[in-house]
Amino acid sequence: MNISCNIKINHVSRVEGHGNIHIKIKGGKVMEAQWEVVETPRFFEAMLVGKQWDNAPWICGRICGICSIGHTLASIRAVENAFGIVPSEQTRKLRLLLKHMETLQSHILHLYFLAAPDFLNTGSVFPLIKSHPDVVARAARIKLVANDACDIIGGRRIHPTRTVVGGFTMLPDKCMLETLKRRLEDAMTDLHRTAELFRSFPVPDFMRETEFVSLRGNGEYPFIGGDLVSTDGVRRKEQDYEKMTNEYTVDRSTAKWARLSRDSFAVGSLARLNNNFAFLHPAARELSESFGLRPVNHNPFMNNIAQLVECVHVTLDSITMISEFLDAEWDEPRQAVKHKKGKGVAAVEVPRGILYHSYEFDRAGKIVRCDCVIPTGQNHANIQHDLRELAAQSASMGRKDAEIELLAEMLVRSYDPCISCSVH
Amino acid sequence: MPVEKYLGVPLHRPKVAFFEFTACEGCQLQILNNEATLLDFLSLLEVVTFREAMKERSDDYEIAFVEGSITRADEARRLKVIRSKAKILVAMGSCACFGGVNQLKNRFNNLAWVKEQVYGTFPIETEEARPLEDVVPVDLKIYGCPVKKEEVEKIVTNLVLGKSVNHPKYPVCMECMANDNICLYKLGEPCLGPVTRAGCDAWCPGSRRGCWGCRGPADAANVDQIISIMDEHKFSAETIIDRLECFGGFREFAEALKKKTATSKTKKKRAGK
Repeated sequence: MNISCNIKINHVSRVEGHGNIHIKIKGGKVMEAQWEVVETPRFFEAMLVGKQWDNAPWICGRICGICSIGHTLASIRAVENAFGIVPSEQTRKLRLLLKHMETLQSHILHLYFLAAPDFLNTGSVFPLIKSHPDVVARAARIKLVANDACDIIGGRRIHPTRTVVGGFTMLPDKCMLETLKRRLEDAMTDLHRTAELFRSFPVPDFMRETEFVSLRGNGEYPFIGGDLVSTDGVRRKEQDYEKMTNEYTVDRSTAKWARLSRDSFAVGSLARLNNNFAFLHPAARELSESFGLRPVNHNPFMNNIAQLVECVHVTLDSITMISEFLDAEWDEPRQAVKHKKGKGVAAVEVPRGILYHSYEFDRAGKIVRCDCVIPTGQNHANIQHDLRELAAQSASMGRKDAEIELLAEMLVRSYDPCISCSVH
Repeated sequence: MPVEKYLGVPLHRPKVAFFEFTACEGCQLQILNNEATLLDFLSLLEVVTFREAMKERSDDYEIAFVEGSITRADEARRLKVIRSKAKILVAMGSCACFGGVNQLKNRFNNLAWVKEQVYGTFPIETEEARPLEDVVPVDLKIYGCPVKKEEVEKIVTNLVLGKSVNHPKYPVCMECMANDNICLYKLGEPCLGPVTRAGCDAWCPGSRRGCWGCRGPADAANVDQIISIMDEHKFSAETIIDRLECFGGFREFAEALKKKTATSKTKKKRAGK
């Protein structure tokens, strides 16, 4: 029995943004188990008011440095929905390919640089350069191909330049797409080795029944637009996102929190997988099953494995899509845009979960109202509830302080939080 | 102090630390995005603090790379501590150099409204977004939103080798012409390339996206002329202002243009009456 401990971690490392953990156990009882979000807010929803519509994707993409492509695409979709623009099939597929490549680079960044050090007993990836050079080289290789793909399609890997309302400013060079396809085929070997590496890591044995929210696949594993669904049986239309998020403020957080059927819910890879397992590429599904990951899985630490499964899915799907592009002639890169008064909502699955952008425009095409609901914002309450449960279990199992501290940090990291994003 | 050889010459590897304030952390991510050259790059430095990537922390560092703008009192305090420990303080990215997109909230001159718009009645602390140099002296700036990794590598290598760091004095337009890009004005797109400081290799115009001035003004940039060029191409004052005020580097020019537009509107209204 762990009689007492007082753990305070200010600014948890190897996560994006600033969050604190505080766990206090006294006489085997959890006195406190808190997840605090102390990030400084940036006020994107205010700064856009009065701006012309074309500012939205350009500025809102800058909510996040890791998933700027996802934010840009969500913003574009919201504007297009408001103006009644339906993207061409070519644009739709090219955006999805770009989205896949961001998912791949982001998941690999998390798996190798942020999560893996915990299992390899180091504080960061840097000592691994000497101790596990092959592992670091492999991570860099996969990340590089994904990032290069973002450059080729979106113009650049962070804050993309070619993605605009109506389509793309220019299209990728087909020779480059051909090379990209070959490199992605090679990356599959690296992904299989990644799976072997993660198979050697013990996943902490922890479970807490959770509601999982994501897009609902309609014939394919969902990433851009569609209906919203939860494992508790809630189903809503994209434009009714506010009924799915029910945001509220909490004293110890500069980010807003969310709830649905219970006190909290989770979004992210595990949520997507739990809701859309049947739509995974067969090879990805097989990999998932080999890890014992089947819906509905309630272990938050399995989010790492769900990310790995998604890496395989997006890579294989991208190879197919590139082949189709190579076989076809390019159409026009973009269509003309005519603004009008109205409201537009977009739901897009970004690496850390479902993201919503919503704008209202006046007759002149100026932004009257802007609302963004971030995946990590939706996860904060769930992290809080998991943390309390983890503290309680740790107390009853008599875990040592250092062990509790590491597990608590690993729990937060498993959500791959993007805290500055959540406090946009 | 770890010493390695570079071209046969013993090299001092400086201890460096990375910090972030109000930002998207994209500029720090650009450091990790150097996959192809990451290992070579890291061999030049001894990273002692990099919260986004490592658990270890140390207060013993020579160079501090700081991302983000300052928007809260505790950030200003932390930045002063960093300044007192670092020999060289580098402002990394538009937020650190000019306030970045964060300073867009300053334009309302009404923080109470800004807070209310996002948080309702929930109490939240924020100040006007400021660049680092409004709080502490800054030794070096790396421009861009995001910073360009090749430029970061070049600057850091020069720093480590003790060479001076010089930014191009000329505008993005020169790089665009050197790259044989189609001029954005010919494509009917507004562009701040003629006045924005080069060094990004015309990153956005190369992708047929007009420049929004994230690197701030070039030396002797003729901003009045770009305003008249935009005007000649029939871009509205609003379109020009949107670009000039986006990242904070051209703030004064945006403000001046806003005032001018406001006065001409009133004049027109009066004349109409």
